[in-house]
Amino acid sequence: MSVNASYSGIRTQSFLRQLWRRLWTIRGYLSQKEFLLFAAVGMLVPFAAWWFLANSGIMDKVFLPSPMDVLLRIYHWFEDDDLVGDAWISIYRVTVGFLLSAVLAVPLGIMIGTYRPIQAIFEPLTDFIRYMPAVAFIPLVMLWVGIDEGSKIAIIWIGTFFQMVLMVAEDVRRVPMAQIEAAQTMGAGDEEIVSLVIFQSAKPALLDTLRITMGWAWTYLVVAEMVAANSGLGYAILKAQRFLQTDKIFAGIILIGLIGLIMDQLFRLAHRKSFPWLYKK
Amino acid sequence: MDNKIQINAAGKVFSTDRQDVVALQDVNLSIGANEFITFVGASGCGKSTLLRCIGGLETLSGGEIRVNDRVVDGPGVDRAMVFQNYSLYPWLSVVDNIKFSRRLKVNREGATSSEVEVASGRADALLSLMGLAHVSKAYPNQLSGGMQQRVAIARALLPKPEILLMDEPFGALDAQTREVMHDLILHLFNLEKTTIVFVTHDVEEAIYLGQRVVLMAPRPGRIDTIYEVPLPDKRDQEMKLSPEFIALKKQILSRIRETSGMHTNQDLLERMTRQAEDSVSI
Repeated sequence: MSVNASYSGIRTQSFLRQLWRRLWTIRGYLSQKEFLLFAAVGMLVPFAAWWFLANSGIMDKVFLPSPMDVLLRIYHWFEDDDLVGDAWISIYRVTVGFLLSAVLAVPLGIMIGTYRPIQAIFEPLTDFIRYMPAVAFIPLVMLWVGIDEGSKIAIIWIGTFFQMVLMVAEDVRRVPMAQIEAAQTMGAGDEEIVSLVIFQSAKPALLDTLRITMGWAWTYLVVAEMVAANSGLGYAILKAQRFLQTDKIFAGIILIGLIGLIMDQLFRLAHRKSFPWLYKK
Repeated sequence: MDNKIQINAAGKVFSTDRQDVVALQDVNLSIGANEFITFVGASGCGKSTLLRCIGGLETLSGGEIRVNDRVVDGPGVDRAMVFQNYSLYPWLSVVDNIKFSRRLKVNREGATSSEVEVASGRADALLSLMGLAHVSKAYPNQLSGGMQQRVAIARALLPKPEILLMDEPFGALDAQTREVMHDLILHLFNLEKTTIVFVTHDVEEAIYLGQRVVLMAPRPGRIDTIYEVPLPDKRDQEMKLSPEFIALKKQILSRIRETSGMHTNQDLLERMTRQAEDSVSI
C-alpha cells in the first residue's frame, strides 16, 4: 500500500515535470486546448486587474472608469447618441482612403518590382517620403484640400500609399525567378508574365500587405479626426476628453480596436477563401 | 546524325561594376537530333550558363548558338526547360500547371475546340505516363519533391518540344527518388524522340543518362573533354556496376578534380591535426 502510494507520487511528479518541459521547449508544441487556456489567461488577467483597480477605489473614476462604466457608455452612445453614425463615417473615410492607396500602389508596386528603371525612378523618392510623418502633413493638407472629407482621406492616403508601394514592390520581387523563366520558355510574352505569373504568384503576399496597411489606415484616420473633424470615432474621443468623459475615451478606443479586429479577420477569411492551395497540405 | 544544336565559338562574360567574370570561353559543340547529352563539371564551369544560353534565357557575349540552323535570340517553344525547383505555379492544380503553355497559346491566338481537345488528350496521356493521374487535381505543394519534378517535366513536354533542356532537375531529390526519375526520363526519351541537354553535378547521373558526357572546366568556363558513353541505349540500374561504367566514372571524377583547382592541402590538414592534438593535451 505505502509502496504503491509513493510509486504513484513519483509518477505524478514525473508527469508534471514532463509537461513543464514540453511547454517550455523552444518552438515546441501546444495542443489547441492548451493554447486556448493560455490565451484566456492572457486576456482575462489584465481585464480582471482593470476591473479590480477601477472598483477598489484605489484610482479615481475620472482616470480609470470600470469595465461596466465603459459598457454602459457604449450602450448610451448607441441609444441616445449617434454611435452608428460615428462609426460609419470613420469606416467610410478609412475605406475610401485605403482603396485610393491600393488602386494606385498595387500597379505601381508591381511595375517597380518588375522593371529596374521604374524602380530607379520611383523607389528612392518613395523611400524618402515614407519617412516624412503623415501627421506632419495635416496643416498642409488643410491648406490645400480644406477641412471637409477630402482632408481626412488625404491624410490616410499619405500615411498608407508610400508604405504600400514599397511593400508591394517587395512582394513582387519575391516571386521566384524560376516561375518567370519557366513561363518565358513556354512562350509567354512580357504582358502575360506580369498578369499570369507575377501577379498571380504575388497575390497572397499582396493581400497580406493590404491587411497590414489597413491597420495603419485606422491609425491615421484617428489622428486626422482628432485634428480636423467634427464627426467620427476619433473626434468622439477628442470631445470626450474635453468633457472629462474618460469612460467614453475608453469606449472609443475599444470600438476602434474591435472594428480593426473584425476587418483583419475578414482579410484573413478572404485569404483562406481565395488561396486554397496555401491551406491544403 | 543531323545537327539539332550548333554552338560556334560561344563566349559569355558577366560584367558587374566591379569586375568581369568569363563564364564561357570559345565553346564549340554540335548536338545531334535525338541525342541525350549531359554536362558535368566543377562549380563555376559554366555548364548552367551554357544551358541557359541555349534556352535563350541568357544572351551570349560572343559567338552564336544555332538551333535548327536558326540563331537563338531568346526563349522559344521549341526549347522547353526544366529547372531544379520553384518553377511550378503553386496556385494552379497539377493538370493546369501541365496545360499552362496551352493556356498561353489560347490566350494569344484563340483555339478551336478540336485543338483544345487534342491538348487535353496529351495532358491526360502525360499524366498517366508520369504516374500523376491520381493527383491531377492536387496542388503542387501537396506533392513530394519527386512528384513535383514529374509535373515540371510533363509541363515542359506538353507542346512536344524538339529540345528539352534540364538544369539539375533532380539535384534536390533524395537518391532513391532520383534513380526512379532516371529510368522515367530515359523511358520518355525513347518515347518522345526529343533531344535532351542535361546539366548535373552528379557524374554517375551524367554517365547513366547520357550518350555523350561533356566535361566542362572553370576559370574560364570551357569544354574540357567529351566522353562517349560505352553503354547500350537501353540502360538499366545494373549497368552502374559494370566495369566500363566504373572506369569512366573514375576517369571523369579525377579529371574534374584536376580541373577544379581545388586541391586538398596536405600541409594544412597536418597542421590542423597537430593543433587539435595540442589543444586536447591542455
